[in-house]
Amino acid sequence: MMNGIGVSPGIAIGKAHLLKKQEAALTGVILLTDADIISETNKFNNAVSLSVTEVETMISNYDQSQGKEGLEILETHIELLTDPQISEDVIEKISKEKKNANDALIEVIADAVQLFKNMDDEYLSARAADVQDIGNRLLRNLNASNQTYTPLYETDTIIIAEDLTPSDTISMDITHIVGFATQVGGRTSHAAIIARSRGIPAVVGCSITLRDIKDGDLLILDGQSGDIIINPAQEIIEQYRVKRENWLKQTYLLRSLKDTPATTTDGVNINLLANIGDANDMEQAIGFGAEGSGLLRTELLFMGRDALPGEDEQFEFYKIVALKAKGQPVIVRTLDIGGDKQLPYFNFPAEQNPFLGYRAIRICLDRPDIFIVQLKAILRASAFGQLKIMFPMISNIQEVRAAKTILQQAKDELTRTDITFDKNIPVGIMIEIPSAAITADLLAKEVDFFSIGTNDLCQYTLAVDRMNEQIKNLYDPYNPGVLRLIAYVIEQGHKNNIEVGMCGELASDPKATLLLLGMGLTEFSMSATAIPEIKNIIINSSLTAAKQIYRRVMEMDSSALITAYLQEATL
Amino acid sequence: MITKDYIITAAEGMHARPATNLVKLTKNYSSQISLKKGDRTVKLSSLLNILSLGIKGGETISIIIDGEDETSAIIAIDAFFEEELKHL
Repeated sequence: MMNGIGVSPGIAIGKAHLLKKQEAALTGVILLTDADIISETNKFNNAVSLSVTEVETMISNYDQSQGKEGLEILETHIELLTDPQISEDVIEKISKEKKNANDALIEVIADAVQLFKNMDDEYLSARAADVQDIGNRLLRNLNASNQTYTPLYETDTIIIAEDLTPSDTISMDITHIVGFATQVGGRTSHAAIIARSRGIPAVVGCSITLRDIKDGDLLILDGQSGDIIINPAQEIIEQYRVKRENWLKQTYLLRSLKDTPATTTDGVNINLLANIGDANDMEQAIGFGAEGSGLLRTELLFMGRDALPGEDEQFEFYKIVALKAKGQPVIVRTLDIGGDKQLPYFNFPAEQNPFLGYRAIRICLDRPDIFIVQLKAILRASAFGQLKIMFPMISNIQEVRAAKTILQQAKDELTRTDITFDKNIPVGIMIEIPSAAITADLLAKEVDFFSIGTNDLCQYTLAVDRMNEQIKNLYDPYNPGVLRLIAYVIEQGHKNNIEVGMCGELASDPKATLLLLGMGLTEFSMSATAIPEIKNIIINSSLTAAKQIYRRVMEMDSSALITAYLQEATL
Repeated sequence: MITKDYIITAAEGMHARPATNLVKLTKNYSSQISLKKGDRTVKLSSLLNILSLGIKGGETISIIIDGEDETSAIIAIDAFFEEELKHL
């Protein structure tokens, strides 16, 4: 087994086919006459027009159902092929340095590739592959003898290569090729982008270990984890076959539903949002059809380091997320540390019951010096997108007021220094402590939105430690007590005209979707990959039917009955 | 001659896709159009040169237009930065 960077999720099972690269070589020819110079310049110009025609043909034959990314890359290639700078440099080398077209082109392309590779931006350095790609095309047309041929592959082939050019990936025949792996590359290489848009599982950056694979080896390739298993045992193959089936089903749902709004058959619009940890997650979530984020966990920014992140660093982090959301809302949850989440540079006292202890908003209110830095950073980022602020672990209304007072101080400080931010940034709270759920009527008057965190709400309501194996069957969000609390919070939110969302695991549980819909929940936030399945349930149901399901469930006295009934109702 | 500054609002910065569209757009005008970042100025007709500036989200660039149709060119470029670059 070996491991690379999984860049295009999905499972591929198939036979390895090794692609070998043909290297271009310098000839060292020195041109002697002006006639040679004119002839080599013409050869170059001719290669440009042949190459443009080739790419234009690829554009006109392009299958739009494979995503528009490939088309955009081909259009970029047309611009690069006809780039005045490249042609100027090549012609200068021919006329001044007396090099032939082949050598001039190889050198110009090599310089441009190096220029991009040296950039400190991951995306731009990956554009080196595009420059190399058009360079290869020009060279092939310059030495017109070697025509392109499309090799025929057996079905279920996995391509193994040192590197793949974007146009290799665009022209890949997916009726036979089920996946590919390369030695070099990263998440933003065009080969990776195309693989994602065409739904080809892919692993890149496998390094030199990829050479252990021989032609015809049976491979399992996991484009999510980046794992490649060579000649696996039969039971492993069976295991991955099941995974592959599930992935195909999910991809089918995603492809057919990505741009479909989540509207019930009787016309009620539901917002499906993603729980995210950083800007990359946001980008991925949009690809799964998320309409923003219902929970940005900010802990990632504070963990795995030696000191608290400063205001500017936090600002950059929130700003990029806001920009990546492309105008869709992002709910930023303020620091939720303590409990099971410790920080090496922050001294937490040893506690008997850390989950009932010094954590989240309790720390923030105790340490306004830390809290205000985060609030100012979020406010500054609010100028770059639609951000909302959410306080976690609220147990009473005084905490909300105290947090809002510090938020006001943060706003005042920014106003004094003339920094722009969203002055009406919405403020909400997590409902995850039973006392907050029961006083939802009071809290609703103090905030702009609620978000129900079912994981902690369930654990606190049932007095069950969800990490404790011995009692884990008691941890049950379908307990009628938990369900009543959730229904009450939604009802009180509506009565007071504030938005109510859910960002706990229950929001991504297909069994719960209709029940929550029936309770009146209109905003579900979950891990991005769960969105297509939940959307599929919503667009095939009506709110009227969901309300009926909710009424029936409220008459049942055990979670066993409830889950059995919901299981049936969802089918 | 018209010079105008723009802040790149797209998080990814000046990516291949918008840069391609910008190069295509400027081909409709006879004016000489250049892009300046810091102390480097490049002609907008070369995608390679634009990408080589490594323009990131949040950075400021200047567009310099010189020629007969500069007033209509700046309107189109304004619209490009206002609309297209915002919704990538």
